[in-house]
Amino acid sequence: MRRSTTTGLSVVIVASFAMSVGLQAGRDRRYPRAERDTEQIMYVRSGGAMKRLTLDFDALAADIYWIRAIQHYGGDRRTDTKRRKYELLFPLLDHTTTLDPFFKIAYRFGAIFLSERYPGGAGRPDQAIALLQKGMAAQPTKWEYPHDIAFVYYWHLRDFKTAAEWFQRAAALPNAPNWLQPLAAGILTAGNDRAAARVLWNQILQSDEEWLRRNAERSLQQIDAMDLIDKLQARINQAPVPPGSEYSWIALVRRGVLPGIPLDPVGTPFEIDPATGVISVSERSSLHPMPDRMHAPKQ
Amino acid sequence: MRAISCIAWSVFRESVRDRVPYNLVLFAVLLIASSFLIGQLTAGQDVKIIKDLGLAATAVFGLFIAIFIGIGLVSKEVERKSIYALLSKPISRPQLILGKYLGLVLTLAVNVAVMVAALYVVLAYMTFTESAQFRAGWDAPGIDPALLKSILLIFVELMLITALALFFSTFSTPLLSAALTFGFYIVGHFNNDLRNFEKVVDSPTVAWIARAFYHVLPDLSAFDVKTEVVHGLPVPAGYLVMTVAYGLLYITILLSASTLIFSRRDFK
Repeated sequence: MRRSTTTGLSVVIVASFAMSVGLQAGRDRRYPRAERDTEQIMYVRSGGAMKRLTLDFDALAADIYWIRAIQHYGGDRRTDTKRRKYELLFPLLDHTTTLDPFFKIAYRFGAIFLSERYPGGAGRPDQAIALLQKGMAAQPTKWEYPHDIAFVYYWHLRDFKTAAEWFQRAAALPNAPNWLQPLAAGILTAGNDRAAARVLWNQILQSDEEWLRRNAERSLQQIDAMDLIDKLQARINQAPVPPGSEYSWIALVRRGVLPGIPLDPVGTPFEIDPATGVISVSERSSLHPMPDRMHAPKQ
Repeated sequence: MRAISCIAWSVFRESVRDRVPYNLVLFAVLLIASSFLIGQLTAGQDVKIIKDLGLAATAVFGLFIAIFIGIGLVSKEVERKSIYALLSKPISRPQLILGKYLGLVLTLAVNVAVMVAALYVVLAYMTFTESAQFRAGWDAPGIDPALLKSILLIFVELMLITALALFFSTFSTPLLSAALTFGFYIVGHFNNDLRNFEKVVDSPTVAWIARAFYHVLPDLSAFDVKTEVVHGLPVPAGYLVMTVAYGLLYITILLSASTLIFSRRDFK
C-alpha cells in the first residue's frame, strides 16, 4: 500500500471517530434520554444451577457474585433511605457461598449486614443465621460460624439464652479462643449487659477486614453513647424543669445543669424530648438507628 | 525419536508464527489491570480473586489454544495437501501423530509457564504491598507454592483436551472437531453426575449404562482443585498422583486411537 494511501486512511479513521464522538454528545444534549433503570436483578435464581453452568469456574463466578453483593449493599446504602431495599443481598451471598462454600468472609459479611437493623442493613437476622448455618454445614469445625450465629442472637435478636448456647458450641470447636466459654457464662448470668457486648465488638475490632473494623467501631461508639445518655439522664432527672417549662439543652446550660450542649461520640448533639426530658441519639447522627437499650454493667 | 522431536518443534514454531503468544500479553494485561481495579471492589478479597482469576484464565486460554490449534493439527495438513510431502519422508504415521501432539503440548507448556510466572509476580507485588496484619487474614499465603498443584492438574487437563482435539481431527472436519471437543469438554465436567445415577433412576440397567459412560467419557471435573488451593485446604498427594495417572492413561488411549484411525486413512 502506498504511503499517501495509508496516511489518507489514518486521517479518515481519526476524523470519523472525532465526528462520531461529537455527534453522540450533540444528540445526547439535544435529545436527553432517561437514565436506564438501574434495578438489579438475579439472572439465575438457583445457586445450584449456576454452579452447573459455570463448570470448573465456580470459584471465579463466586467472586463475581461477591463483587455484586458488595456493590448492591454499597449502592443501596448510598441511595436515599426510601429506596434502600437490600433485597438481593441474601440471594447474592447465597449464590456466592453455593459456588464457593469456603468463602468465609461472605458468610461473615452476611452475618453483619443482613442482620443489621434497617436502613443500615437488611434487618433480616433470620437470613443471616440461615447463611451461617450453611457455612457450618460446609466447614463444621470452624468456630467462627457458631460464634457469628451467637452474635446475631445476642446483638440483634436479644435472645441471650440461645446466644450463650451458640457461644458454648463455638467454644467446643478446635482452635476456638479461650474467651468464648467465660463470655457464654457471663451472658447467661448477666443477659442484656453492655460489658459482654463490648468484649464481642472489641474482638471484631481486631479483624483484618476494614469494613468489619468500621462496623465494630460504630457499634462501640453506640455503646459509648448509651453510657453517655445514662449519665446525662441521671443528671437531668436530678434537676427537673419548673412546672410549665419544657426541656431544652439551652435552658439546662443556662441553669448550670450542664456545661454545654452534649455531643454523642461522633460529635452530633443529642436530642432531648421537650416534654419528658428523655435523651436520645439524633437521627442526623451516623450512630442512628441505635440498637435496643442494654443494661450498664453492674458496678 | 528424532523425527518426533523435529515435528514437535515445527508445530511449536508454527504456533509462534500464528501469533499464539499474543494471548500471554492479554493475560498479563488482564491480571495487572484487575489487580489494581479489584482492590477497589472486593472488600479485602483481592488476593483470593486474583488467584481465582489467574487460575481460571490459565485454564480458559489453554483450552482455546488446545482446541483451536489441536483441531487443525492433522486436518490442516490434509486440506493443504502437505500431508503427501510429509508422508513421503521417512516418518511413520504414529511418529507424525505423536510429534504433532508433543509440539502442541510444548506450546501449552510454554504458555502455562509464562502465565504462572505472571500470576506469581502479581501475587508477589500484592503480598509485599500489604501490611502483615492484612496478610494474616488471608486463607493461604499470597505467594503460595500450593497453587502449583492446581496448575499441574490444569496442565494435564489441557493435555487431555489436546489429545481429544487431535483425535477428532484425524477423521473429521475442523468445525466438527471443535464442536465435538467442546461438547466432550462440557460433558466431561458433568461426568461425575453419572457415577451415582442409581440415586435418581430406578432401573438398574440405566444406572449401569450411566456408570459405563462415567468410565468411558473423560472425567474432567476431577482436575479441578482451584477452590481448595485458593482457600489453603489440603489436596492429598495421592489424589494428585492418581488424577495425573488417570489423565496420562486417557491421553494414551486417545493417542493410540488417533494413530489407529490415521494409519488406516487412505490419502490417494
